Formats: sequence, structure tokens, C-alpha cells
Amino acid sequence: MLDRLNEIETTALESLDAVHDPDALEAWRVGNVGRSSPLMRVFGELGKLSKEERPVVGAAANRVKVALEAALTERAEAIKAAMLAKSLEEEQLDVTLPGREVQRGRLHPSTQQLRRVLDILADMGFQVYTSREVEEDEVNFQLLNFPLNHPARDMQDTFFIEAGERGDNPIVLRTHTSPGQIHAMRDAVRSAMDPKNPPPIRIALPGMCFRYEQITARSEIQFNQVEGLVVGKNITFADLKGTLIDFARRMFGQDVRTRFRASYFPFTEPSAEMDVECFVCGGKGCQVCKNSGWLEILGCGMVHPVVLQNGGYDPERYSGFAWGMGPERQLMLRYKIDDIRYFWGNDLRFLEQF
Amino acid sequence: MKVPISWLNDYIDLDGLSVEEIARKLTLAGLEVDEIKYAGLPMPSYKEGEPHEFKTSGIGWDRDRIVVAEIRKVNPHPNADRLTLLDLYDGQQDQTVLTGAPNIFHLKGTGRLEKPIKVAYAKEGSVIYDGHAAGLVLTTLKRAKIRGVESYSMVASEKELGISEEHEGIIVLDDAAPVGMPLADYMGDAVLDISIVPNMARNANVLGIARELSAATGRPFKKPKIEYSTEGQPVNDVVSIEIQEPQLNPRFVLGLIRDVEIKPSPYQIQRRLRLAGIRPINNIVDATNYAMLDIGEPLHAFDYDSLKERAGDKDVKIVTRSAKDGEKLTTLDGNTRTLTSSNVLVCDEKGPVSLAGVMGGAETEVYDASKEVLDATSSEAKHGELPRGKASVRGTSTTNVLLEGAAWNFINIRKTAKQHNLPSEASFRFSRGVHPALAEQGVRRGLQLMAEWSGGKIAPGLVDAYPLKPLDPIITIRSRDVKRWLGIDLTEEEIAGLLTRLEFECTIENDCVDVRTPPHRLDIGQGIVGLADIIEEVARSYGYDRIPETRMADALPPQVGNPVHEWEEHVRDLLVELGLQEVVSYRLTSPERESRLVAYNEYATLANPIAPERRVLRRSLLASVLEAAEKNARAESIAMFEVGPIFEPVKNGLPNEPRRLSMVLTGLRYPTAWDVKESSRFDFFDLKGRIEQVLEGLRYTDVSYSAIDSVNYLHPGKAAQVKVNGQPVGVFGELHPLTKEKYEFGEAPVIVADFDLDALRKATPTYEVVPVADVPPVLEDIAVIVDESVPAERVASLIKQTGGKTVTQVRLFDVYRDEKIGAGKKSLAYSLTYQSDKTMTDADAAAIRNKIIKRLEHEVGAKLRS
Repeated sequence: MLDRLNEIETTALESLDAVHDPDALEAWRVGNVGRSSPLMRVFGELGKLSKEERPVVGAAANRVKVALEAALTERAEAIKAAMLAKSLEEEQLDVTLPGREVQRGRLHPSTQQLRRVLDILADMGFQVYTSREVEEDEVNFQLLNFPLNHPARDMQDTFFIEAGERGDNPIVLRTHTSPGQIHAMRDAVRSAMDPKNPPPIRIALPGMCFRYEQITARSEIQFNQVEGLVVGKNITFADLKGTLIDFARRMFGQDVRTRFRASYFPFTEPSAEMDVECFVCGGKGCQVCKNSGWLEILGCGMVHPVVLQNGGYDPERYSGFAWGMGPERQLMLRYKIDDIRYFWGNDLRFLEQF
Repeated sequence: MKVPISWLNDYIDLDGLSVEEIARKLTLAGLEVDEIKYAGLPMPSYKEGEPHEFKTSGIGWDRDRIVVAEIRKVNPHPNADRLTLLDLYDGQQDQTVLTGAPNIFHLKGTGRLEKPIKVAYAKEGSVIYDGHAAGLVLTTLKRAKIRGVESYSMVASEKELGISEEHEGIIVLDDAAPVGMPLADYMGDAVLDISIVPNMARNANVLGIARELSAATGRPFKKPKIEYSTEGQPVNDVVSIEIQEPQLNPRFVLGLIRDVEIKPSPYQIQRRLRLAGIRPINNIVDATNYAMLDIGEPLHAFDYDSLKERAGDKDVKIVTRSAKDGEKLTTLDGNTRTLTSSNVLVCDEKGPVSLAGVMGGAETEVYDASKEVLDATSSEAKHGELPRGKASVRGTSTTNVLLEGAAWNFINIRKTAKQHNLPSEASFRFSRGVHPALAEQGVRRGLQLMAEWSGGKIAPGLVDAYPLKPLDPIITIRSRDVKRWLGIDLTEEEIAGLLTRLEFECTIENDCVDVRTPPHRLDIGQGIVGLADIIEEVARSYGYDRIPETRMADALPPQVGNPVHEWEEHVRDLLVELGLQEVVSYRLTSPERESRLVAYNEYATLANPIAPERRVLRRSLLASVLEAAEKNARAESIAMFEVGPIFEPVKNGLPNEPRRLSMVLTGLRYPTAWDVKESSRFDFFDLKGRIEQVLEGLRYTDVSYSAIDSVNYLHPGKAAQVKVNGQPVGVFGELHPLTKEKYEFGEAPVIVADFDLDALRKATPTYEVVPVADVPPVLEDIAVIVDESVPAERVASLIKQTGGKTVTQVRLFDVYRDEKIGAGKKSLAYSLTYQSDKTMTDADAAAIRNKIIKRLEHEVGAKLRS
């Protein structure tokens, strides 16, 4: 009996070597450890053995069964691994084929840039203030210290709306977002508990502006502007510098170099232009910065006392600063866009690049 | 304003300052240098990676190769009639140089010149501009044979040296030019092109720039002394002035110079004028221009004798007054101008002689009878003789000059220059304000230069009518003002010191600095405005770069945010998430463009459009988005939107600016790919699905859709109105075939939507979160047959109503029609989700279903489809 068991084991293990697929393995299982396999028959015949032989043969049969089952498991795992390896090898994609296109929605690049700017300003405590796009001359110019016929008006060529006889107060398409300064200050005064002590202001004014220009690669009739306005009781030119340099660091990188040049805007005094070191060439001189190493990024200044007064803030007690910048200009510099007409051309081939 | 460095050096010692340092100082002080053009001075060379500072052009002149030389003899060329050979001495040796220059051609063959001609000589190897090339092309002088004569060097023209575009002849230097001196040392220059912002108009002159540079560097400002000798009858004896409107003409000054000889100005003067962008004419005209660039006062020179002739040989009387409407004047550009009463004229007793502050009259202009000589080519030249110009109608050249310097109302000049489209150097300055004090200084400077360059004799005195003196404000400033505005601590003495550099007169009393505005600037106001003006000057003089950077210490304002803006940004985000591309269109359009979609009679219309197709403010945002889609019609799939205002006109008032959202969908629903060959086209329900998502994203639950056939541009059977909380908020649907025809779209249907964002924003969201059930739902499908006329939404809402809160979801999954169902009928198949707090049995669900079916039978005649 024991010999038979040895033979069963040897034969079974030998035949297992030739098994390479799940079907053959199942057949082997049935034939070697199945109910009617020679091994199982040995168990069936145990009853016929003598009292002495029975435990010896039973133990031996059990040992063979465990051994065969272990071999079966091992073989099954090996076959599974081999099959997986085979299928992995066979299922090879040409990974260089293009991915299936997904239609992605996008914000217009100007909206994207406006958001970038407004997000930074929001972190700095500037709330968004929006106002109308068509304005009275008075709000767009006169209250901002552009008197009628002042040479400063030459700086902002203006579209006028036909509106009957309105004398010195025609209707204009706003040439800048600055009329919002007047609206915002007056709103704050109106809603103040004590109109003589209106609250401080810290706002960002985004929006579309218009200039009487020919539409060319370099000039447009409409463009976005974002303006910042701070009004308070202890606001200085040093605060203006600190705030704008902070902004520039967020916008253009922590290491950006800046410089302030004296300039002129009717609604600020002192006025300045802030340049940042050209972020395209690092100041070495390139096409974008016209070899100057600097990019004019924004105009700024202390709010002119006349403007504070017109907003309802006493310039003897309040001061403030304001600045303005163009998101489209920033995009043009950043992405080397050489034609401003792309922005309102709405060509998907342009828009889809953002 | 173009400022040659050499000129600037007359008034401030620039020794040791590089051109770039000068430009940097000026730029930081608010006189932005746009470009530096080198004309002789050495150009900066940048090392690799070194930052540039300014846009730079031009050339430097090699000191060893380009020198002052003299022509001693002009010989004929053996083989070429039009060329000459020059015997030239360059300070070291004799040279033979070939030239075709017309301005010495007439000397050909005259033998040794009595007076050698001083020229700019470029030796072999010099790098100069190619005089014959179009534009500016650098070239190196090389040895070559021209018509059998060896040429290795040349006598240069202005173009070749980068001074001007002039290439008609060689440069003839002033007689005093020292032979052999490097030309760069003699007249090497660089020109700063400076932007003059409106409040810097006082600096549109070399003295102004020098003054600013002095303030910025601390170097002394060398103000010129204007001194000259006089002779003859005083001008006051022969000329008088009457000013009729001092508001328009606060001051008028006249000076007289007799016996001038009209001829070209000294070469150095011509060169400076050219570098400054002004064409030299003759010594008299040049003197007026030079004085204007020098001091800032535009001058006008009259031919005194023609004024005298007009006065019938009596004393000349000048009158300034407003023009009469329709009055005419021929200005010196030859145009006869019809004037209006807002123009101011300089007249004599016979009539107008000049359009004040803008342009002189032709009849009394300074006349140069030999003018043609200056421009002559050599065609009429004879040996040893200057060609004479044609005899003129006026006869002889001007010999006596009456020189005007005046002050005008800048607003009036600005309007006049615009009205007659006459931008000029004079009107540029006068329309920005020129201090009346400069009228006298300008005339004196002009007379001085004329005497110097023409040999004329200046008549004693000036006729000076000065009825309206400007107020030169005195402002009081304290240390605390500077602290409050600029955030820096300066003592009274420091403040006074900074302002004195700019010629403010300061007196300190206790803690006050009284600042008197110098009589050359009109930009300092009074009161707190004047204080702001002075503080700006303190800041500029101190240097913006020295002001520290601080963080605001002031209280934060009340937080109100901008709910409208934030909500719109949310709308944009939702649309982008749904795969739509945002576009931004021109606000300006034309009624014709919009009328393809929808016709309006009234528009907010521009009074000054740039083009007819951009002459009104849009009334339809959808028209804008459709145009954008049309432009991209070749794209296989278009899904775009715009959020923005439209403009509803209000008679004589500001238009309303309601906010709109418009969408356009057309083309393929999904992009094709290498293994996806076909895709269906966007239709009504693609857009509706997106709208549903947006409204859901905005947390609206009470949303209904109804057919609408009253929107002209929409297909009457494929159009819907959207209501939120019962209020209409927008329409959408397929573009009407007749509307679509007006656009260049492909075959695919164009699906559009137009929403009133203000109405939508005002709808209050009614959204609440439904708890997630933890017992399983019962799912069941039912199909009902109804008449075609029953809207699907009616069936769905009946199911929801009847099912109550147990029916949590009603999803239409099939719409089916066939003969078995019958004509005019459709089958609607819904999958229902029953959900309760406790586990539901099929029997529970069946009870509700039966109620639903009964209700549907009763209300819409539905039949359960088995």
C-alpha cells in the first residue's frame, strides 16, 4: 500500500510538470486529487486494512494528499502568473497615438488674467467694485481733475455718444475705470454713519474701457483695466510703494525688481509709473522690453486732493493712492502676443491657447 | 522733445556723466527718455547678460578714423564728369578723395581754394552708414577703384554720420573747425528723445531739461545771460501794440533788428537743429526755432518792411483780437484759412498777419530771395559762381525783422490748432501753457542769435504790452505735510533745499516753508492743490527711489464684497465646466450687423465713430456671440458663451446697461478622433442639458420650460422659454432657418440661448440638500401612451405630484412612436425611484404606481403601455 502511495505521488507530480493551462490543471486535479482518483481510492480502501496498518497508511495517504494539493496550488499560481505575463505582453498599445479629444471649456484670456490680478488683490484686502461703462464727461473727466479742454485730455482720446444738447457734460464711453473712484467714494460717504467721517476704502476696479483709436496691431478701441484705490487717514506714498511692490512680487515673482519713475496723471499727485524688470529676458534686453530691460506695468500716484474732495473725502484729513494696469498688456508681454486685435477677434485658434 | 547732449551741456556741466546716466536721472524725474540716438559720441557696449536700460540707436564715430579735414583743391575726375577729386589735408597728411557731392561741384577746377573748406573726413576702415542705401545700413569703408581712380576714404554727408537723413551733399563745417581733431571730440553728440507729459510742458526746451537735470544731480544750472548791444532808432518809436482781449493774449512783446543778411546758419547750429528734429531754413528762421527750443517760447519773425509797406510807410501798429467769423488768412504754408470768432489773430491796421500762436501769415513772413540756392542742385552752376535763384515776386530778401514773442490762452490755442489741424512746435507749446515771462526772454534770445548769425543791428528796447500778469502762487509747506503724504521725515531746511534746486524761492519761518513759484511754470495751483503740486516736486527732487516701502497701517474697510460680480464669475465657471468657451466681443457694432438677428430702431450711437461698422453700442449680446461663432464656422464644433452688458438707449441720458448671457452651440457633439469617425450634431437638447446644469449649479429648483413661438429669430417649433420661480429669465432654441441663412454657417443646426442675467440673479435659490437614504430604493419603469400634444414635462410633473416625496426621481428614458401605438400618440417611458425612510416592499410601490397611473389617465388621458 505504501509503495502504491509513493507511486501515486511520483506519477502525479511528474505529470503536473506537463500542465501549462487552467484546463489541463483542472483535469490533473480531477485525475489526481478528485473523488475517483487513485489517491482517493486509497482512502476508500483504508477500512479494509488491519488495525496496525490503518494508521500508518492513513498518515501516508494524508501526507501525499497535502503534498499534491500544495503542488496544485503552486502550479495554479504559476499558470496564472504566466498567463498574466502573456496577456500583458500581448496587450501593447501604441501609446503615441493621440488621446481622444475632450471638449474643454475655457475662460477668455482676459477673464483669466483679470481673475489672477483680482485674486492677488483680494488676498491683500482689496474688494471688487464695478461700475457702468458709459459715463458722463463729468464723472469720467471733470471730477477726476481733467478740466474741459485741458491738455491732459489729449492723453485719452474719447468716444462720445450722441445725446442731444448736454453742454459741457456730454456722454462718453469711459476711457478708464477711474470714474469708479468717484462712485465708490460717494457710495461710501452715502452709507457712512457720519458723512464727515466716511470709512476707509480699499477696492479693485476691473472693467472694460474705451479709447478713440484706430484698430491696429498696437492699438484697440476697447481694453480692460484694473485699478486699485486706497483711501484712508494715514496713507502715504511709502505705502503706495510697499503695496505695489508686494503686488508685483505676487504677480511676477518674489525676486522681481521694480522701479518708480515720476509721471503725470491728472487724478493723482505725486504720480509715478512702476516698471518691473523684464520678465522675459530678466532685464538683459529683448524684443519685448524693446531692449530697455524694463517693462512699464502700471501708472500710480497719490489720489489728487481735488478727486478726494469730489468723492466726499476731506483731503486735509484723508489721503490715498490709486493705480491702474491692463490685463491684456500683461498677457501680451507674458505670452509675446504681438497683435492686440486677437483679444476681441474671438478666433478659437487664439482662445484655445489659454 | 529731442535734446542733443551738446546743447544740454551749454547749461549744465555734464563732464563725467555718461549719456545713459543722464537719461536715467531724467527718466526717474518724470522726463522719460524713450530712445537715445547716438550721433558721434561713443555708444555703450553691453557685456553678455548685462541689463540694457534704454532703446538705443545710431553710431559712435571712431576717433582715429573720422576727423576734421580741409579741402584745399577741387579737381575734375579724369573719367567721370559728375565726380570730383579733392585735395584734402586731414591734419597729418594730404589725401585724394573722390566725391560726387553737389554742394562743392561748382568749385571744380577752380584751383587752390582761397579759403579751404572744412569737412568731416572718414578714413579707410571707418564704420559709417551707407549713404546710398535706403534706410540705415552700416558699412565699413574699403579700398576700391571707381572709374579708374583708387578710393579708400570719403568726405561724409550727415546721413553717413547718422546726424540726419540728409545726403544731398557733404557736411561743410564751420571755418573754426580745427583740422585733424577727431570729429567725435569736435561735434560728437547723442540725442535724448524725451516724452513730455502735460504737466511737464514747461520742460519742452533745453533749459527746462537742464534745470531738471541740475535738480536731479545737484550740479549747478548755468542759466544763460542774454546780452547784446543795440543801435538805431528804438523800436518803441516805430512800432506800437494794442491788445484787445488780455484774457486771450496776456502779453505781447516785439523787438526789431535791422540790416540782417539772410544766409544759412553756422553749421553747428544747423546740426543741433537737425538733431532736435527741426529743418534748418536760414539764419533768421533758425534763430526763432533755436530760441524756442532753448527757452521754450515760440517766436514769430515778421518782415518789418512788408508790415511798413502795408501801413503805408507809417509806423506799424500791431493789434491782437478775436477773428471775425469768415475772416480769411493765408498762412505761410500757403493755405488760405477761413477763421471763426474763437480764433485769435495778430493784425496790423490793414488786417490779419498771423494766426496767433499757431502759424504766421504768408504775406509778412521772412523772405529769402535766394532760397532756391540753398536747395539747388548743380544744374545751373557755373564755375566760381553761386547759382542765383529766380527773381521773386517780393523782390529782395528781408533785411529788417520784427520779432514777436507772446503769451496766449492755452485752451484757446489748443482749440484753434485742432480746428485748423495745425499741430506745430509752436502750438504744441502754446496749447500746453507757456509762462508770459518767457515772451520777453524769448524775444531777447531770438534777437541775440539773429545779430550773431546775420550781422544785423538790434534796435534799442522792446515793445512790451503786458496787461495780464499771471499769479505765481506762494505755497506754505511744513514737515508734517511731507510726512503725511510721502511718509518721510524731512526738515524745513531739507525741503527748502530740494525745492530751491528747481528754482522755487523758499523762505523758512518757524516750522513753515513759504515756497514761491518761479516765473516759468504754470502748473502750481493754490491751496491744497498747490500743496500737492509742491509735494510732488519735493518727492521728485528727493528721488522716488529713496522713499521707503511700507505696509499700510490704516484700518481695513468694512467688508461688503461684490455679490453681483461674484455671482457672474460663478456663472462663467459653470459654463466653462460644461465645456463652453468664453468669448469677449466688441461693445461697438452696427445696426446692420445686429439686424441679421434682431432689428432695433434706437441705439446709443457714437458721435465720433472710427468706422461705420463700429458706430453704436450693442443691444444684443447674442448677435455678438453669433458673429464670433460665424467667424469660427470652419471649426468642427463650436460651443461658446459671453457674459456682458448690452446698452439700451435713454433719450439724452446714460443708457441702461443690463447684463446678459448668450450661448451658441453648433457642429459636432463630440470631437471625432482617429477611431471615432462619426459624431452627431448638437441639437436643442444639448443646449437644454447645459442650461439645466447651469440652473442647477445656481441652486434653482423651480425651473420650467415652455414652448415659445414668438421669438422671431428662433425656429417656432424648437424654441423654449425658461422660467425660474415663475419669472421668465431667458429663451433658447434652434436658430430660425431664415435667420440662419443670413449667416455663413454650415449645415448643422445652430442652437442659441439668450438670458437676462439681472432677472436670473434676482431669483432666489430654493435649494436644500436631500438626505442620502440608508435603506435601498425600489426602482420601477412605467411607460404611458399619451397624445402628441401632451408635453413631457406635464407628465413628469404629474408623476412627481402624485408620487409625493416617496418618488425621489423621475427619469424619462425613452420616447417611442409607431403604428401599434397609433398616429398622433407617443409612448413616454419613465424610470421611477421610490425611496422611503424604511425599506419599501413591492406592494408599497405598486400602491403608489396605481395612484400615479389613475391620475395620468384622468388628467392627460394616458394609457399604461403593457
